[in-house]
Amino acid sequence: MRVAVLRQGDYLIASIQSDLTDSEVIALREGLLERVGRFRCRGIIIDVGGLDVIDSFVARSLTAIATTARLRGAETVVAGIRPDVAIAMVHFDIDLQPLRTALDLDEALEALDTATGRAGAHGR
Amino acid sequence: MTEQESPAPGPDASNDPGQILHELVSHLRGERSSLRQEWARRISDAKLLSVMTSGEVFSEVTAAYDNYVSVLETGSVETLKTYARDLSERIIPRGVDTDEVLGIVLLLRDVLARSLFDRYQEDRDLLDRVLDVYEPAANRIAVTVGVSFVEERERVIREQQVAIQELSTPVLQVRERLLILPIIGMLDSQRARQLTEQLLGAIQSHRARVVVIDITGVATIDVTVANHLVQTVEASRLMGASAIITGLSSRIAQTLVDLGVDLSMMRTVGDLQGGLEEAERLLGHRAAEAEDVASPPVVGG
Repeated sequence: MRVAVLRQGDYLIASIQSDLTDSEVIALREGLLERVGRFRCRGIIIDVGGLDVIDSFVARSLTAIATTARLRGAETVVAGIRPDVAIAMVHFDIDLQPLRTALDLDEALEALDTATGRAGAHGR
Repeated sequence: MTEQESPAPGPDASNDPGQILHELVSHLRGERSSLRQEWARRISDAKLLSVMTSGEVFSEVTAAYDNYVSVLETGSVETLKTYARDLSERIIPRGVDTDEVLGIVLLLRDVLARSLFDRYQEDRDLLDRVLDVYEPAANRIAVTVGVSFVEERERVIREQQVAIQELSTPVLQVRERLLILPIIGMLDSQRARQLTEQLLGAIQSHRARVVVIDITGVATIDVTVANHLVQTVEASRLMGASAIITGLSSRIAQTLVDLGVDLSMMRTVGDLQGGLEEAERLLGHRAAEAEDVASPPVVGG
């Protein structure tokens, strides 16, 4: 599997290393949501820094993960969108509107801390 | 036009094109001053070269006339090309238009042709042969001058384009996590793309949280430009930075509303000062919030 999912406290960190097939994206979605329940997680960080392309399917899946995770009590932050990827996404009207985004893992952890109301818990 | 009467050409000179050309050129050399004056007069009658003084026009006319005749004689357009390029370099910055330059060259062609008519009108056959030699050469000169002028113009335009592109839009860091992007002048698709790339690069390298995009210097805005701005803001958000647009004049604001551009996603503030205050508030808010929760005893004490 090309997605490493780490657990750090009660946050899940999914680091996507390279472009994923649609079925891998679905597997990631299910895996993450299953773990949210199993580890009673409060937050998910999805690091997409390894992705060269974020197409509408990936974008929809990320949004779906966030929406579903919120129903199960976890906030989601997408981190590490590269400049060229961001430009391409905007160009093709691919929307991550309801999602939180952050520059990198540090920022994402901070954003999650803010969102879950315990800033500074992980240090910086 | 031709006051002096030259003797009728001898019959031996009438068949060889080289001979005719030689004859023609020596005629034009002989009539140099009157034809040159006639040309200058017709230029000023036609109100061409109005940006130059009559003295300047006359000296250009002299140089151009001599060049023209020697090109007719030798058939080598290289000298003329050099001269035309040199002339273009001098007159383009003064606002001389392409139609003026072409008009002037065609005027000279007409002046010379008319003088040839006058000279050879007695002998129809000879006139035909003279014009056979003269016309292609004269047309080639007109084309050469026109093309050189346009080429020079395009070279200037290319240089200016490069210069404009090199005037990169600066992305300035005001304080940690806060960038300013002042946009001045016209925004077209290419510049907007370049600008977005620069901004996103700067967001990444400076780890910016808030970006203030100031468009005070943008004179007009249309749907395309507005959409570019929306895209820039959206792309910044994907990189985790909030964008604030400042400097929307009332006229631009009205235009945007009239055009129906959806700016609901954009955070806008009237001027740069307000934008910076808003940015501080965004950054400060986060910092204060983080501090409060992280170390209540320190903050409380």
